[in-house]
Amino acid sequence: MSVRHALLALLSEGPKYGLQLRQEFEARTGDVWPLNVGQVYTTLQRLERDGLVESEDGSADSPQKGYRLTGDGGRELNRWLRTPPEATPPPRDELVIKVLVGLVVPGTDIHELLQVHRRHLIEQMQRYTRLKGQGSEADVGLALVVDAELFRLEGIVRWLDSADARLARVSQGAAGKRASVVYEQTANEEIRR
Amino acid sequence: MSPAIELRRVSKIYGEGPTEVRALWGVDLSVVAGELVAIMGPSGSGKSTLLTIAGTLEDPTSGEVRIDGVDVSGMSRNDRARMRRRQIGYVFQDFNLLAGLTAVENVALPLELDGVGSKRARETAHEALERMGLVDKVGRFPDDLSGGERQRVAIARAVVGDRRVLFADEPTGALDSVNGESVMRMLSAASHRGVAGLVVTHDAQLASWADRVVFLRDGRVVDQTDTPAGPESLLATGSNE
Repeated sequence: MSVRHALLALLSEGPKYGLQLRQEFEARTGDVWPLNVGQVYTTLQRLERDGLVESEDGSADSPQKGYRLTGDGGRELNRWLRTPPEATPPPRDELVIKVLVGLVVPGTDIHELLQVHRRHLIEQMQRYTRLKGQGSEADVGLALVVDAELFRLEGIVRWLDSADARLARVSQGAAGKRASVVYEQTANEEIRR
Repeated sequence: MSPAIELRRVSKIYGEGPTEVRALWGVDLSVVAGELVAIMGPSGSGKSTLLTIAGTLEDPTSGEVRIDGVDVSGMSRNDRARMRRRQIGYVFQDFNLLAGLTAVENVALPLELDGVGSKRARETAHEALERMGLVDKVGRFPDDLSGGERQRVAIARAVVGDRRVLFADEPTGALDSVNGESVMRMLSAASHRGVAGLVVTHDAQLASWADRVVFLRDGRVVDQTDTPAGPESLLATGSNE
């Protein structure tokens, strides 16, 4: 998600000041996505340049500049909401590469390698869950942000589990094959005798 | 502080000779009061055996199990049964509530079996259900409760009175993820009030509610998580674009 569209979404509720936009952005993303003020103002300037928001200068009572969504801004927001996010996977998944490389590096215990990554992922999940646990069940914004990350990390843990089981089965199969070759050789020698 | 649950060099062997199966092999594990520990591992790794042995429902082939510092192997059958009634709570995947008793009666039952007067037992059970967010469900029968609510009743029953130790085997296995989460919130809150909790699971999201995750493989403890850093550490890696 871009900061640009998040600001358009916040302005769709009505005119707001820059500082207010930053506070609301952080609150609605469960405080896990901090923004600096400079970033908010740079983005607002670009939105204004593109005709998606309008600014109104502060009055004597309120020196801050307020921002309001334009018609074009509203249309851009609707278009963005309905556009599917980029779903293509990254060209190379680093973890998959590491596991594949681990298979050919001599002396690597592949199950230990998988466990190192599994532990790291679970520790990351513990941090997210703790964040969710500290919030109340009613804090839906926080729960949605954290859940998305938890499901993503859980998916990787499940891939590691399945890789672990698959590799264990393959190595058992290989050991079984070796044993049956040895058994056949011994049996043939017995017959010859 | 001595651990509330402690396993020392615990092994469990089923069968003998060619059919011998080593379910657990030299397991050391301790859980202190106020700590929730999850045991993770693939099926067949010995998770459930570990839980039944730590929960004193089964004896190890060798090694020691201590509950609140007391070696369980030296206890008589009666002493052991009394300890299970007074100090230990169990939560299973299929809830194990008695269908003919209301929520509050189910929770009061272990207290009454232990000789606590009926009125007092009910009051204590009522408080336990209140802490589980079920104050308006105390008079309902299990069949009139949702799966998540039934499991919360089972947790209330497991921690009612002065129980210091809680064992749970896949406690959210029969629940959807949102109900599973409220059950884990309750388990985590119960342990942070001073109960030592040991949960067995293969579910990473459930395990991530624990203070510490211990990994089991082929009957051995192979790894465990470090004490997690606070959630603020997530902010340092967050991206703004």
